[in-house]
Amino acid sequence: MATKHSRVAARVMLAPAVILLLGWMLVPLTMTLFFSFKKYLPLRGDSMANGLDWVGFENYTRFVGSSSFWPSVQATLVIVGGVLFVTVILGIVLALLLDQPMWGQGVVRILVIAPFFVMPTVSALVWKNMFMDPVNGLLAHLWKFFGAEPLQWLSQASMPSLILIVSWQWLPFATLILLTAVQSLDSEQLEAAEMDGAPYIKRFWFIVLPHLSRAITIVILIQTIFLLSIFAEIFVTTGGAFGTKTLSYLIFQRVLESQNVGLGSAGGVYAIILANIVAIFLMRIVGKNLDA
Amino acid sequence: MGRIQLKQVKKAFGDVTVIPPLDLEIEDGEFVVFVGPSGCGKSTLLRLIAGLEDTTSGIIEIDGKDATGLPPAKRGLAMVFQSYALYPHMSVRKNIAFPMKMAGLSPEEQNRRIEAAAKALNLTDYLDRRPGQLSGGQRQRVAIGRAIVREPAAFLFDEPLSNLDAALRVGMRLEISELHKRLATTMVYVTHDQVEAMTMADKIVVLQAGVIEQVGSPLELYHSPRNRFVAGFIGSPKMNLIEGPEAAKHNAHTIGIRPEHLTVSTDSGDWHGTVGVSEHLGSDTFFHVKIDGFAEPLTVRVGGDFDLHYGDAIQLTPDPALIHKFDAKGLRIT
Repeated sequence: MATKHSRVAARVMLAPAVILLLGWMLVPLTMTLFFSFKKYLPLRGDSMANGLDWVGFENYTRFVGSSSFWPSVQATLVIVGGVLFVTVILGIVLALLLDQPMWGQGVVRILVIAPFFVMPTVSALVWKNMFMDPVNGLLAHLWKFFGAEPLQWLSQASMPSLILIVSWQWLPFATLILLTAVQSLDSEQLEAAEMDGAPYIKRFWFIVLPHLSRAITIVILIQTIFLLSIFAEIFVTTGGAFGTKTLSYLIFQRVLESQNVGLGSAGGVYAIILANIVAIFLMRIVGKNLDA
Repeated sequence: MGRIQLKQVKKAFGDVTVIPPLDLEIEDGEFVVFVGPSGCGKSTLLRLIAGLEDTTSGIIEIDGKDATGLPPAKRGLAMVFQSYALYPHMSVRKNIAFPMKMAGLSPEEQNRRIEAAAKALNLTDYLDRRPGQLSGGQRQRVAIGRAIVREPAAFLFDEPLSNLDAALRVGMRLEISELHKRLATTMVYVTHDQVEAMTMADKIVVLQAGVIEQVGSPLELYHSPRNRFVAGFIGSPKMNLIEGPEAAKHNAHTIGIRPEHLTVSTDSGDWHGTVGVSEHLGSDTFFHVKIDGFAEPLTVRVGGDFDLHYGDAIQLTPDPALIHKFDAKGLRIT
């Protein structure tokens, strides 16, 4: 049906969506690039109407030169890596458990997915006030019940706490994708392996895990894209203190707290570059799983 | 060695009894085919022997030893599945090596057996490919190769040819029979196709609703079916079963006559009728004949060049020695 006529029609009909998407992406990108080469401090009277001074790469050198830069990159990678580690491993375990026939399966599956429906801001607040609060939190009560000194989660163990909160949010996603993958495994393959003399652990290692590799790849790729830009959880809990300042949070501070749009924009460009480096690495490591 | 005995084996899923207590003996080196319509419990029976399902009660003995409680891997049986169940992420070589790797065989021994199996099954050129790059027949051979290298006491086949096209099926049928002759190992084969059963089996087990209707060699089943079900199931096209006054003439509730045991003539015969649909196969022609006074049309087989057409008058005469008689319960009257 791909006549010349239908191809033209297809292009015309696709055009609005493509133009919208391009605009959506290109306009902010161009503006970010534009501001990153300008001195733009709104509180000192700089404005678009008065014209902005061209400062070349000064914003870029200042952003990297800041003592917060490398720690923020490190914090970003630790959070992304930590959450991926937790969600992939627990996701596989949960997916295997949920695949077992059990009573109330439908309800349990909905419960498992539920955290994904909670807004990041809300879930972070719930964790901060109801679980991790050193005086009133449930975890504090648990610690006291066993006679231990309650942990000041968000200050003493800020990074693990943050990873815990974000993992809790993303575990449903990982579980859901991995569960569908587990369910698509041909049961005859497992039976064949069983007949071939493979005990459960070896069946998991040689049959189930390779079958899941594609789903794991997808989980890692999608989560990385979203986790590189987590913001609400940090804003609500630590406010960037105690070593939890990620790159996206640092950019937020430069633009809104220091009111330095140019410097923040330069940071934004660095974030784009970092995201691309991570993406290339991921593609090389796990991308080969996608074309098998 | 591969002698399998089922003693009062029963299988129930909850309240539903799939296989009522059943006895069966499979001798060493035999090619036994379980055949029956879908849902008759033949695959369940095979899975019970394999150990993939637990028996509800009864004993399964392999080579005289009680294997009822043994896990599948310890029974010394190899299975070929309907979907082949190859491991898609492993090469053919690794697929075939998998059971040996699990058994902890030395790499030299593994390689020796892989080469031998690959040579026997014409897979030598494909050893480094993945299952996804193979055709259906080749995948089937890999699955068989994976079974052979274990040197099992018996092979279990679960409808292995049903995913292949008709031409390939005939070829694979021959290859499996050939393999059986060469290895002389017990084979248990499940199929719903009575042609496969007739052509391959030393012994056919006809099942219906979990019950064994008859056990016997293909020709025993063809010549003296124990009841109406076996009579109708074995043979292609199906045996004609006639009830009513015509059967009463032979002192039976039902009489059966195979399409190939009817003599066709245009001028004289016992039964008069008209030709309905005719199926020309070249070597044979099947006429569906509406006989005056019979409820069901009869099928009759004649030579390929018989010139009769839709609506023509036809006369049929059954061979009196080859009429099968059944009583009201469907059992054979001798």
